[in-house]
Amino acid sequence: MYDFTLVKPKNLADAVAAIADGAQALSGGQTLLPTMKQRLADPGTLVSLSGIPELHGVCKGDGGIIIGGATPHAVVAREAAKYYPALAALANQIGDPAVRNRGTIGGSIANNDPSACYPAAALGSGAIIQTNTREIAADDYFRGMFETALHEGEIVTGVKFPVPQKAAYIKFVQPASRFALVGAFVAQFADGVRVAITGASNNGVFRWAEAEAALSANFAPKALMGLTLPADDMISDLHGTAEYRAHLCGVMVKRAVMAA
Amino acid sequence: MTKTTMTVNGKSVSAATEGRTLLSAYLRDGLGLTGTHIGCDTSQCGACVVHVDGLAVKSCSVFAQDIEGADVKTIEGMANADGSLSVLQQAFQDHHGLQCGFCTPGMVMSSAALLAENPNPTEHQVRDYLEGNLCRCTGYHNIVKAVMAASDQAVPAE
Repeated sequence: MYDFTLVKPKNLADAVAAIADGAQALSGGQTLLPTMKQRLADPGTLVSLSGIPELHGVCKGDGGIIIGGATPHAVVAREAAKYYPALAALANQIGDPAVRNRGTIGGSIANNDPSACYPAAALGSGAIIQTNTREIAADDYFRGMFETALHEGEIVTGVKFPVPQKAAYIKFVQPASRFALVGAFVAQFADGVRVAITGASNNGVFRWAEAEAALSANFAPKALMGLTLPADDMISDLHGTAEYRAHLCGVMVKRAVMAA
Repeated sequence: MTKTTMTVNGKSVSAATEGRTLLSAYLRDGLGLTGTHIGCDTSQCGACVVHVDGLAVKSCSVFAQDIEGADVKTIEGMANADGSLSVLQQAFQDHHGLQCGFCTPGMVMSSAALLAENPNPTEHQVRDYLEGNLCRCTGYHNIVKAVMAASDQAVPAE
């Protein structure tokens, strides 16, 4: 990979200042390092966020739980379990144990891989993405494949999750990468059901409005009978055709409703 | 080049690094600890797993400078103080948990991390935990047997 200078600030203010000069943030690096090895990124300066205590941890706040941006998946799996079991279970299915010890929620949310798990949890829960300058509703945050509402130099400092009455995440694992071939996050709140799908669309994570309406009326797998998604905008690759992914969306949502 | 210091297998060590120096390269090229293997260099295979502050990580996907000062354990630090094999290593030998041996350092380090977290894993938990460690000889059954035996549990039947 191209060489770079690594800096490791000890607080958020120093990290923000370092990134404002055009540097790239480094969180767990489980996506960024492979990208850099392929010389698809040449950041010049990397600003490690792993040494900033205020970006770490899981805590209960008003109306939900707040997870620091630099919190590794393994810590979320362990510490969020008592507050939001479906979210902890999702974190515990990302990659493999060694990846979960390094990869972070902030890194995943900032990267917005179209097959990543966390975007489904954030959108499916109606989470708030917290940055060093503002709070962004998940509905406004995810803008398409690898695209988010983040500005240059903005850092995801945390994610605030409202805790639903019932929720579950089910993914059909792509066995080599362990990413979701299709994953569905279903969450039932007092005012309705949210359904977010990852892995399927060329536009990244999305909400399935018809499934939400059907499940809000009747939170049961049979409520989804006959509902289908068009395959037009679905990802098609050697692991599955667009039609296959469209079909899997319905199957995964039904399984998630049963598991919730 | 910068001098990067950490504790490896209980000893304070230093080696010259660039920003891009991976932990796997730091261990192998900087310190001569070639027991940590580089299989795929893309964080798929797990041959390079080591412990950083007690947690299993893929050393090909961590920058050495990012963990300056950390406590690292590699396969070279797994034997007993008198040089004899640890219980887990001995179990790998007893149950023929290796064929070509290339994946073994990573398998041992991941298995040790599992047993530290969960001293009595089920067979399913062992297989699940080793998901990120590939054995291209496909010797998985004997590896799982070794981990079960090392945790003093019944070894799965053939």
